[in-house]
Amino acid sequence: MDLLEYQGKQLFARYGIPVSPGAAAVTVDEAVAAAEQAGYPVVIKAQVRVGGRGKAGGIKIADNPEQAREYAGDIIGMDIKGHRVEVVWVEHASDIAAEYYASFTLDRAAKKYFGMLSAQGGVEIETIAETDPDAIAKIHIDPVVGLTEEQAKAWIAEAKLDPAANAGALEVLLKLYTAYVDGDCDLAEINPLILTPEGKVHALDAKVTLDENAQYRHPEWAEYEASQDLDEREQLAKSKGLNYIGLDGTVGIIGNGAGLVMSTLDVVNQVGGTPANFLDVGGGAGADLLANAVEVINSDPNVKAIFVNIFGGITKCDEVANGIVEALARVDVRSPIVIRLDGTNAEEGRAIIKAHESDMLISQPTMLDAAKRVVQLAGK
Amino acid sequence: MSIFVDGNTKVVYQGLTGNQGSFHGLRNRAYGTKVVAGTSPKKAGTDVDGVPIFATVKDAVAETGATASCIFIPAPGVAAAVMEAAEGGIEFIVVITEGVPAHDEARFYNDLKNNYPDVQLLGPNCPGIITPGECNIGITPGEIALAGGPVGIVSRSGTLTYQALYEMTRQGIGQTTCVGIGGDPVPGTSFIDCLSRFQADPDTKAIIMIGEIGGSAEEEAAEYIKANVTKPIVSYIAGVTAPAGKKMGHAGAIISGGKGTAAAKTEALEDAGARVAANPVEIGPLMAEVVAGL
Repeated sequence: MDLLEYQGKQLFARYGIPVSPGAAAVTVDEAVAAAEQAGYPVVIKAQVRVGGRGKAGGIKIADNPEQAREYAGDIIGMDIKGHRVEVVWVEHASDIAAEYYASFTLDRAAKKYFGMLSAQGGVEIETIAETDPDAIAKIHIDPVVGLTEEQAKAWIAEAKLDPAANAGALEVLLKLYTAYVDGDCDLAEINPLILTPEGKVHALDAKVTLDENAQYRHPEWAEYEASQDLDEREQLAKSKGLNYIGLDGTVGIIGNGAGLVMSTLDVVNQVGGTPANFLDVGGGAGADLLANAVEVINSDPNVKAIFVNIFGGITKCDEVANGIVEALARVDVRSPIVIRLDGTNAEEGRAIIKAHESDMLISQPTMLDAAKRVVQLAGK
Repeated sequence: MSIFVDGNTKVVYQGLTGNQGSFHGLRNRAYGTKVVAGTSPKKAGTDVDGVPIFATVKDAVAETGATASCIFIPAPGVAAAVMEAAEGGIEFIVVITEGVPAHDEARFYNDLKNNYPDVQLLGPNCPGIITPGECNIGITPGEIALAGGPVGIVSRSGTLTYQALYEMTRQGIGQTTCVGIGGDPVPGTSFIDCLSRFQADPDTKAIIMIGEIGGSAEEEAAEYIKANVTKPIVSYIAGVTAPAGKKMGHAGAIISGGKGTAAAKTEALEDAGARVAANPVEIGPLMAEVVAGL
């Protein structure tokens, strides 16, 4: 789950990382009030999950209430690379002596935490990596041991920050590490991390991705749910607890297991169709979950045919078959369903489907046969 | 021969008293796996269909001589269960549970590496491991596997593992061992761990390796194959059509910063001499060709 900048900053603030005083606003009046509160000059920043806000005109500095009103009016509702700006963050503008970069993430290959620190902040880390890779100081951290003060000091020395920033950077990095670990972040990034002329180090931006698997131990994440960029189909799926990603095609896809569903998308694509979604009902899916899945797919007006691709392991094919039959009874399904069942209790499942087979419910023996059939039906 | 587990492997099930644990634990036993114990702190002294329940893994190991464990505990309890198994003397730990936080995985992976270097962890978020005809630990439907080799299978995806087993069995090609390493960001067992063992196993003559988008495990495996694996490999990578920046069901299946695409992985594997199937069904005929030429 990707946080907006202001949500990331609020998270950082909870871990004691210095951020500028400010507030989020959804209307021009709120933005002006926030500017008064923060004290001029202020920066008004579009809150969208996409880079290049500044270039698109989504970040502006206002010196007085008139400017704040004008700029907030320009930015709220603005479209940045397909993302509509619903919220702006208004904070007191900082004086900047130097801009740095700092982040923590997981190095999947090394299976350790990975920190990056650079004296060349303010541009994307990918750009620094290309233009001047030696300007990035990298460390690996054993998750059991954690980031020690000694390790952090050596890391900062290697990054060659302005000596005036060393003490402040140490404090911020240790706190950012705690936020990354205790906050269950996949990514915790500050870019730019700034040094002010007064010698203070603080976070001018925040990019945070949370690990949704850790949601159970973070009830405070509930507040982020509402601001996720989900379309109607994704919202419906989420409300039903389904693992769904909306796409643009005409073949609705339901499968069990991430790999099988990904490969179902690929196979549909290979035989000339276009997937409308990714939907993994996971292990152990029962009738109710399947009926919900069909309901969500059915709500997508683009869908012309539905492909249910199940290979039973922990999932039992007879329960899947019952779920599909139940869905047909419960939901007014607009599109024909092509189903392929194999694995645990496949014989029982196929028998259930056979008893209900019609133009709207078609069983196919293999994944490829089913893909061809469903693409043919979607094309009509 | 087989890798990691065989007919003598004695297994304790952590979470045998739960719904999933008892269903699959007893199914594994019916398959022929030596299911010797279960654990539950509250139900010690009882049994699940004749399988004795102990309070701790340590007790179960002392009483039964179990060397492997299979974890069916809900995600919040997995980290403690893994460490309990290692402390209890288990050598091979299989975690079926999905939804384990990445930070927990990173911690217990490194904790094992630092303090229990001889313990092999498989998973989390994996279907388990099956040596057909001898031992099935986890949720793989055993009836789709065929004993006797010559093919070894390793896969990041559960259901695609079943698909591969099924395609082999349909072609009359047996399997030595089939390992599902799971779809999480920090898998306990890597492709390379399995490839090195398959390479060393005299009964495994050819290998199926199934990967997916996200991370660089396939690219690392390709490098390893180039230098160390002489046995023929048929591969498949899921997620050709996956959009960037989205976690495709598996926590580890995400294309980020343009890295981890199916195209890059396919290229790396083909460069290492593997034959890469265009879809999971094609694995069958491709491997049949390979086996016919052995």
